[in-house]
Amino acid sequence: MTAPVGKKPVLTVKELVIEFQTERGVVRAVDGVSFELYAGQTLGIVGESGCGKTVTCLALLGLVPTPPGRIVSGSIELNGRNIVGLGDREMRNIRGRDISMIFQEPMTALNPVFTVGNQLCEVIRRHTDATRRQAHAQAVEMLAVVGIPAPAKRMGDYPHQLSGGMRQRVMIAMALSCNPSVLVADEPTTALDVTTQAQVIEQMVLLQEQFDMAVILITHDLGVVAETCEDVMVMYCGQVIEQAPASGLFTRPSHPYTAGLLASIPRIRRERLQELPVIRGMVPDLLSLPMGCRFSTRCEYADQRCQAQIPSLRTATGTDAAVACFKPLGEA
Amino acid sequence: MSELLKVENLSKYFPVRGGLLRRARKQLKAVDDVSFSIARGRTLGLVGESGCGKSTLGRAIIRLLEPTAGTVALEGTRITELTRRELFERRRDMQIIFQDPYASLSPRRTVGQTLLEPLETHRMMTPARRRDWLLELLEIVGLREHILTRYPHEFSGGQRQRVGIARALTLKPKFIVADEAVSALDVSVQSQVLNLLRKLQREFGISFLFISHDLAVVQHISDEVGVMYLGKIVEMTSASRLFARPLHPYTEALMSAVPVPDPARKSSRIVLQGDVPSPIDPPGGCPFHTRCPRVMEVCRVTPPPTVNAGSTEAPHFVNCHLFPVPNTEEDV
Repeated sequence: MTAPVGKKPVLTVKELVIEFQTERGVVRAVDGVSFELYAGQTLGIVGESGCGKTVTCLALLGLVPTPPGRIVSGSIELNGRNIVGLGDREMRNIRGRDISMIFQEPMTALNPVFTVGNQLCEVIRRHTDATRRQAHAQAVEMLAVVGIPAPAKRMGDYPHQLSGGMRQRVMIAMALSCNPSVLVADEPTTALDVTTQAQVIEQMVLLQEQFDMAVILITHDLGVVAETCEDVMVMYCGQVIEQAPASGLFTRPSHPYTAGLLASIPRIRRERLQELPVIRGMVPDLLSLPMGCRFSTRCEYADQRCQAQIPSLRTATGTDAAVACFKPLGEA
Repeated sequence: MSELLKVENLSKYFPVRGGLLRRARKQLKAVDDVSFSIARGRTLGLVGESGCGKSTLGRAIIRLLEPTAGTVALEGTRITELTRRELFERRRDMQIIFQDPYASLSPRRTVGQTLLEPLETHRMMTPARRRDWLLELLEIVGLREHILTRYPHEFSGGQRQRVGIARALTLKPKFIVADEAVSALDVSVQSQVLNLLRKLQREFGISFLFISHDLAVVQHISDEVGVMYLGKIVEMTSASRLFARPLHPYTEALMSAVPVPDPARKSSRIVLQGDVPSPIDPPGGCPFHTRCPRVMEVCRVTPPPTVNAGSTEAPHFVNCHLFPVPNTEEDV
């Protein structure tokens, strides 16, 4: 990842391991994930269901449900302070002020029985000394910032009175109201229609520049990643398998899984293929992972070494990409 | 090419009740005067945003919902005029695949029981032959025999959707409505299921109505594509033509809103303002005029006619005042 000269990361995750106790045994949902994030940077995390992308981000906010979940080892440094193991009270001070999160379905994240204004003011007053009146003014301003028309009027609305796009904007306003250094967005536009998605993405990009925030964007939509992120992290079965600047990742993927994912998406206005290229097989069960590389059971290049050893993340020759593969593409 | 399904002036209105006596006060025109046909072994894709009526249209065609007006004919038989008894007989020719197979498969029945039931109710095949056919079906959709004794919760999303597809195929239908059939699946699973649907079409000559909000998927799978907005089809032509040269401003905006996984692409995006208006009180004139970047005076007043902007051999129907009715060509 491209580290800006002389800047300190706002977020440093080191060797994070998270396990869940299930009826069938212990599942390691996140297995040794490390990354750094700088102010003004947007990092995209992609991967399929169960790859650990959401759990990783929940950990950043101290929201891993414990039990059954547990952070086994590793550290998360937010603005220079390790937040792993902090108590509930301390986490509540950090959440919303230093790091915020927006979710896929704003209807379930907003409280249906309070007005939008009520919920926005609560966040502001919880973290600042603002008076009721100041908080109200600031809330109206935030709604205007995220592009809600007639913001003062919307303050009295309940979530069900708003459209999906408007609700997601309210969520964003709420997340940004205390000017956090990190914003985690988990599939923020997945539940929205394409035309609404385009509006919300445009708004998010503008706001990020305005607030100089660091953003983590979790999504399964590689198109959204290409349009918004400078850097991309690809996860598979709890591990980071490739991490690279977006410009390189999309044109010259190093890991066979990344390449397979990119090839298997139908694209608009591209010549119609009789058959889409596919990644054969299925994501393995996290309770019975393959011995070596976790992708080896589906990889067309896998050999004996891949089946026996787990490759660690290293720089692929001639690229800016870090890749966890013994035989990355483009390296003969 | 022989025509399999013909839909003429189909409408589905829902009464909106309100007031003291809960009388129907208004109509929600979910599907409003829609006509098209699908040839044997071909796929018509239907795109549009949430609430445009695409799912209602799919259900009205196979009479899971009773249409308000219009006719549907399958191989010349008017489905819309069948009695309950006749409709039951005819159902074997028309099946549907839903978005979420978890919600459409009975959790208390094994896959075998679910797949066998349609054959028993329709008294098709001898018991021995049924068993062979089920095994053949599983082979086709890429599942193994042992799943027959398993329950839906034991499967991954991709496997469940394969069961949903197998269920739709048991009666050897001629026509299948696929309603967001791949939308809930991960990218790598989605490409596998899309290839499966294409294979089925080649092998059995099934016609599909493929409903999806994902334009890239629709382009990949469809021969013809219809674009819906507020209950009406606003543009319809061959997939290749539509994606190469969209005519309706709504189609143009939809296509430009799709994020493309290529960071080098500088998007010239048309970001539509506002949300889709409520179908209970659709705007007068052209329903799209409130959001149309190319709106003219006439659009606010007069509903546009449907014209063929293509040729007789390669028709391209569009419902927009930008394309006036030519004198020589037929109005449809």
